Amino acid sequence: MRLIILDRGHRPRTKALLALVRLVSRHPVVDAVKLALYRPEFYGGGDLTHEAMRGPSAWSIGDRELMAAFVSKVNECKFCIAAHSATSGLWYGDDAKVAATLADVETAPIDEPLRATLRLLGKLTREHSVDPDEIRAVLAEGVSPGQIADALAVCLAFNITDRLADAFDFSVASPAAMNAGARYLLKRGYR
Amino acid sequence: MSDVTQLHRALIARVLDGDGNAPTGLRRAAFDNAGLDEPVRTLIEKVAHHAYRVTDEDVAVVRAAGLSEDQIFEIVVCAAIGQAGRQYKNAFAALAGATEEG
Repeated sequence: MRLIILDRGHRPRTKALLALVRLVSRHPVVDAVKLALYRPEFYGGGDLTHEAMRGPSAWSIGDRELMAAFVSKVNECKFCIAAHSATSGLWYGDDAKVAATLADVETAPIDEPLRATLRLLGKLTREHSVDPDEIRAVLAEGVSPGQIADALAVCLAFNITDRLADAFDFSVASPAAMNAGARYLLKRGYR
Repeated sequence: MSDVTQLHRALIARVLDGDGNAPTGLRRAAFDNAGLDEPVRTLIEKVAHHAYRVTDEDVAVVRAAGLSEDQIFEIVVCAAIGQAGRQYKNAFAALAGATEEG
């Protein structure tokens, strides 16, 4: 972690909570949690992320976690690629599908509506803009405008989170700790 | 208005105008990635466009220029939310264009 305050600057009650998390999980607290619990009245992005990832949507939780991993891949954010690949893989029960999607979205064994949506999110993340024709290409695959809006919300949440993870230099924890984090995210979400 | 839209607006209002250590003008400039002086400009430009390239040195020089860790925390958060929000706004305009015309 690049800022000492994010590692050790939490309020006493939060420090006690972090100690409890370490004790119960038997893993170091991942940096994403330390960020979320630092001055939550200022940043506190968890509610937005939770709504995008766990709120009502025609996309499954696994699909949205895959979108998060995919956007993170485009942003080259190692922490979020690891965290959301693990979460998506756990939801689908299929790590290979997630790995194949991140390796090459064009040949991955996923449905066409999801593939077209991932292409759109990739373009938006890489180039910061998309045009109506690119949206129409996704609609033509049978994706509804509401599903596009939901996917854009995931993209928003992870274009924020990826930037923070990299700017603050989140450490990628051990696979065991990342898998424990994935189980937590499926059970409790982001709040 | 969707819950995401409301939560997004509330988040922007919080980081730009809520209680903080960095002056609101600096937070706004970081959010917009515009009108910043060095060395803050380089850090914020990296956060906005290629955050994976931010280095310890980028943060150290901003600290040495007199910003506290809390101020750095705040302007980096503003920069991330600003750039992601511009993408989001652009894509929603494209979505509106695609669905209105046809």
